[in-house]
Amino acid sequence: MESRKFAPIDENQGGTAVAQEPARLRKRNKTFTDVMLSVRDLHVSFKTFGGEVQALRGVSFDLYKGETLAIVGESGCGKSVTANTIMGLIPKPAGRIKNGNVLFKGKDLTKLDKSEMRKVQGVDISMIFQDPMTALNPTLKIGEQLTEGLRTHQKVSKTEARQKAIKLLEVVGIPNPEERMKQYPHQFSGGMRQRIVIAIALICEPELLIADEPTTALDVTIQAQILELFEEIQERTGVSIILITHDLGVVAKIADRIAVMYAGKVIEIGEKREVFYSPQHPYTKGLLASVPRLDLKEEELQPIEGTPPDLFAPPIGCPFTARCPFAMEVCDRIYPATTGLSATHAVDCWLQDERAKKVFGHN
Amino acid sequence: MAIYIVKRFFMMIATILIIATLTFFLMHSIPGSPFDEERTSNPTIQANLEKFYKLDQPTHVQYIHYLKSIATFDFGPSIKKPNDSVNKLLARGFPISLELGMVTILVAVISGITLGTFAALRHNGIIDYAAMAFAVVGISVPNFVLATVLIQQLAVNWNLLPPATWSSPLHMILPTLALATGPTAIIARLTRSSMLEVLTQDYMKMARAKGLSPMRIVLRHALRNALMPVVTIMGTMLAGILTGTFVIEKIFAIPGMGKYFVESINNRDYPVIMGSTVFYSAFLVFMLFLVDIVYGFLDPRIKLHRKEGDA
Ligand SMILES: Nc1ncnc2c1ncn2[C@@H]1O[C@H](COP(=O)(O)OP(=O)(O)OP(=O)(O)O)[C@@H](O)[C@H]1O
Ligand code: SF4
Ligand SMILES: [Mg+2]
Repeated sequence: MESRKFAPIDENQGGTAVAQEPARLRKRNKTFTDVMLSVRDLHVSFKTFGGEVQALRGVSFDLYKGETLAIVGESGCGKSVTANTIMGLIPKPAGRIKNGNVLFKGKDLTKLDKSEMRKVQGVDISMIFQDPMTALNPTLKIGEQLTEGLRTHQKVSKTEARQKAIKLLEVVGIPNPEERMKQYPHQFSGGMRQRIVIAIALICEPELLIADEPTTALDVTIQAQILELFEEIQERTGVSIILITHDLGVVAKIADRIAVMYAGKVIEIGEKREVFYSPQHPYTKGLLASVPRLDLKEEELQPIEGTPPDLFAPPIGCPFTARCPFAMEVCDRIYPATTGLSATHAVDCWLQDERAKKVFGHN
Repeated sequence: MAIYIVKRFFMMIATILIIATLTFFLMHSIPGSPFDEERTSNPTIQANLEKFYKLDQPTHVQYIHYLKSIATFDFGPSIKKPNDSVNKLLARGFPISLELGMVTILVAVISGITLGTFAALRHNGIIDYAAMAFAVVGISVPNFVLATVLIQQLAVNWNLLPPATWSSPLHMILPTLALATGPTAIIARLTRSSMLEVLTQDYMKMARAKGLSPMRIVLRHALRNALMPVVTIMGTMLAGILTGTFVIEKIFAIPGMGKYFVESINNRDYPVIMGSTVFYSAFLVFMLFLVDIVYGFLDPRIKLHRKEGDA
């Protein structure tokens, strides 16, 4: 239950080291300095019968080696599309990367062809899906599903692959791994299956793990266990994690940084404490204000009145205008520039403009 | 699993018994006798013949005798061809029918699955449209019409293939084509639609995220799941092909079971009718049983004994 509580956020709270030492992030006693993934001005659209959905409209962020970046935002804001684009899983030809780059250790993944991308998938970057009940193939033994990635990408014998898989199952907390290898997904509980999915993602020792709502489909106690597993794995392997979630409790528990998305854009990004304790975007504030109290069960992030804009014809200005209590005339017409508040904290909002500050006073 | 198989086995026997009984009483409710045509023969001979074939005895005695012949699998001699026993006719005709049936199934399964898979992988592409156009035609044109057209065009007009009989692989092409087109179309459509559904599943996305080869993704991850519905219709399809062989055999003058079967009904040749019906239904029921077991192996979630409830 503790993971659901909001504060205290982390043990570094109150330290000013981060602000004085920009471009460094800390987690426990670690600092993150190397950028491993750099997403730059990503535009992704889907052709549908109703027209073109502009799912991503200029998404940029960096990911440091060894950190956990949480991506939060309402349903439909483009979190999964971001993950799928990085992973090279945008369904073609309906989906198209119209602009932008995904630089993974300096290599632009958007420029790779299919067979080159396959050498990245599951090897450098792995993905964990939301619903463990459907992510595993029901007709294949989990032993095969675990080892096939390894056998595809590395020259290992069947026995070597098997041994590695068994060891990994142990790491993710599956008892009797040797016997379990011979079983089918339906013989495991939801939590166990998610552990297996995680083991599959780890089999080639990737440097980046993208988890798209990995705990949403699980019940509360299992959720906490899976999050702990993520932390443990990160500690062991130093893997970077992009964690997509609806659940701010999850964010509070394991994120180092938070990116808030809205209508296909990252509208605020910063360290966890920056975003939690001094959110600057009205949307972020709305999200946080709606954070569930312990007496409420539902934690879905849909508390702000109104709905996000239509992505078939997204507004040219700030997409939050229609719902924003502070909306000004300029908001509707021109998209706000990104304002850096610290080396790690940035926000897209006209309220940061000096002229707006004069009108509203400080906020 | 073992319990299930034993259970299914007894159900199989029961089914065959029911079919045999129905055939017997239906046959006997139809007016006429095997000796109707032989008006010239004198009544004593006819009486003797009837006595020989036990047709003079009350129905229930005949029925018991008939059950005995099923149990021992000896249906006695044919009435119309006294030199041939029913078993002999079966032994002569069935292998040929089986060959036609098996070749047809093989062709239908392989080409249907291939066609359906490619159509799904190229969804809304030219292959997809072409395959589905073929499927609509294939399903709606009856096999005897197709057979006639094939004979007329390929055999008579263009002289490419022999028009009839079953004497060489070349002779087998037209009958197989005529018989397999319908089932191929059905399998292609089914494979396509279930493949399209499987392709959207999370585990397919996961397989792609693993960076597996497209070949492995389709063959190992998609096809196995997509084939479940195909396996389930194999039973009924088998029945369709089996009865289809009778018609096709007749058209192409193939000396299979179909010929004897049709003749035996026309002649009220009771032993042959009973023998071949029982034999065929036993064969079919056994095939359905096999299909069920194959299904259980394909889909590990269907533990066979769990199906007891609805079996
Ligand atoms: N394959 C697709 N075809 C058409 N539109 C798509 C496709 N995938 C995503 N979209 C659209 O892109 C937008 C962003 O979707 P995305 O799945 O990234 O949202 P999300 O933030 O992950 O939401 P959720 O929290 O519900 O998972 C949505 O408007 C969605 O309708
Ligand atoms: S830019 Fe304007 S509308 Fe958008 S969030 Fe800021 S104040 Fe609100
Ligand atoms: Mg999503």
